[in-house]
Amino acid sequence: MKMTMSQKILAAHAGRESVSPGELIMAKLDLVLGNDITAPVAIDEYRKAGACGVFDCRKIALVMDHFTPNKDIKAAEQTKKVRDFAAEKGIVNYFDVGDMGVEHALLPERGLVVAGDLVIGADSHTCTYGALGAFSTGVGSTDMAVAMAHGKAWFKVPRAMQIKLRGKLRQWVSGKDVILHIIGKIGVDGALYKSMEFTGDGVAALSMDDRLCICNMAIEAGAKNGIFPVDAKTLQYIADHSQKKPVTFAADANAEYDDVMDIDLGSITSTVAFPHLPSNTRTFDNMPEVKIHQVVIGSCTNGRLSDLQVAAKILKGRKVSPQVRTIIIPATQKIYLQALREGLLEIFVEAGAAVSTPTCGPCLGGHMGILARGERAVATTNRNFVGRMGHPESEVYLASPEVAAASALTGVITDPAKP
Amino acid sequence: MKTTGTVIRYGDNVDTDVIIPARYLNTSNPKELAAHCMEDLDATFVKRVKAGDIMVGGNNFGCGSSREHAPIAIKESGIACVVAKSFARIFYRNAINIGLPIVEFPGDIDEGDQLEIDFAEGKVRNLSKNSEGNFPPFPPFLQKIISKGGLFKAMEELA
Ligand code: SF4
Repeated sequence: MKMTMSQKILAAHAGRESVSPGELIMAKLDLVLGNDITAPVAIDEYRKAGACGVFDCRKIALVMDHFTPNKDIKAAEQTKKVRDFAAEKGIVNYFDVGDMGVEHALLPERGLVVAGDLVIGADSHTCTYGALGAFSTGVGSTDMAVAMAHGKAWFKVPRAMQIKLRGKLRQWVSGKDVILHIIGKIGVDGALYKSMEFTGDGVAALSMDDRLCICNMAIEAGAKNGIFPVDAKTLQYIADHSQKKPVTFAADANAEYDDVMDIDLGSITSTVAFPHLPSNTRTFDNMPEVKIHQVVIGSCTNGRLSDLQVAAKILKGRKVSPQVRTIIIPATQKIYLQALREGLLEIFVEAGAAVSTPTCGPCLGGHMGILARGERAVATTNRNFVGRMGHPESEVYLASPEVAAASALTGVITDPAKP
Repeated sequence: MKTTGTVIRYGDNVDTDVIIPARYLNTSNPKELAAHCMEDLDATFVKRVKAGDIMVGGNNFGCGSSREHAPIAIKESGIACVVAKSFARIFYRNAINIGLPIVEFPGDIDEGDQLEIDFAEGKVRNLSKNSEGNFPPFPPFLQKIISKGGLFKAMEELA
């Protein structure tokens, strides 16, 4: 049985020689994740079921990121429920205000996920860690509850699509453009239930931040997971961040893929997803003038240091349009501190942007930048569904940090290559 | 198990942000969630839904966020079953894990149709259109989760 990279990781964790697509298996987990929205539901389920132990207090990560610092009393109560649970069970990886970051930026940075791991998280963007050569996927709160107790989850072994990358990205084009380009081609259910396996010579040229951003949005094409091969860059990143030992899995040479897509990275230009689907993409050769009211640079998709660095490059010594509320949210405390040391935060504040402590905040229309009826935002986040950032009649345009920063300056969606 | 009900129909790509907007996720109380179910897509849903109604969607139903609050809100609002051409995978497993019946069925169904769903036989009968079609029943593994009354209870045997 020839297997894909994802199938091999699943087989190893199910204690099997091999698995085949479509099969339902039970597998051991290396990490279980929940946040301040999904963990309270999981904790309720866990208690209802009368469970009392956790499978491993070091292999559960609880990240208080969505509505924190708490936006209202209800959110505060929810966080408290998780905080109390973490204390009761001695959960080592509990992250709260002052220490936390947006979960999918935080976990790789803290070295909690390494190549070869099997991870589930009660958050759909758990697929981000495929960038590290792990199999990781989003599940719901009941799955999380059961996983906290038993350290296991059920999986339907996915079929796969292969995305072969070659060439190199142009200037002002980044991982976000690559994944928006792909979703624009295959649609929001183009990879439904499948693994998106990235391969090819082009992988080496992509930074870890680009790979994390690309895997982050695999779910927006319906994929179960996205995954990159493990190369020297991956191993270096893991060595720099983790004490854990990575295990490298590679797809068999003749593994079976339902579809194969060839992408020349050099042909990709800045791409923007118009409301209300991530697949509704346009490039600047075909872009109407869109006036905007807000720019958000942050989230688990594009709140990493390189995202802030490129935004600062564009904003340095300039002023954002007085019509545009520009909100910049470093994804973790470490990124925040690094941005502070590099002088990026000063550039943002001088340009007239607001800089916030890490939070998901506006990405899910939670707090810190909600849109009114009829308002439009360019955001480096990952979803532009109806009402995602506020009023059901507001609009979100998904873009790279390059496009977002350039648009903040002009007040209309702007090509960063032609400032 | 059989269920008969009236159809409330939506289109493709019904996402979990419209099923239950994030602004209401500061609670996990099913009743509070159900009070805002479908609000951003169809503000009339909460007023017109009756216990036993069947929600019908197109492709990729339940895409987006992993929030289990979405199937919880649908179940609590009284919907007896969700029928769609295809489901987003996290919604699919969440529905099974919490015991909201779901059926993957490509047939032609309109708003207001009367449907009868026979889970054991794997049949959808459209009583208004006088038509019927089959859907593949759940594999034994998932049937066990459902018959045991949810994933937690099934784990003893499955793990
Ligand atoms: S930043 Fe947005 S997409 Fe990412 S975990 Fe937070 S709410 Fe979800």
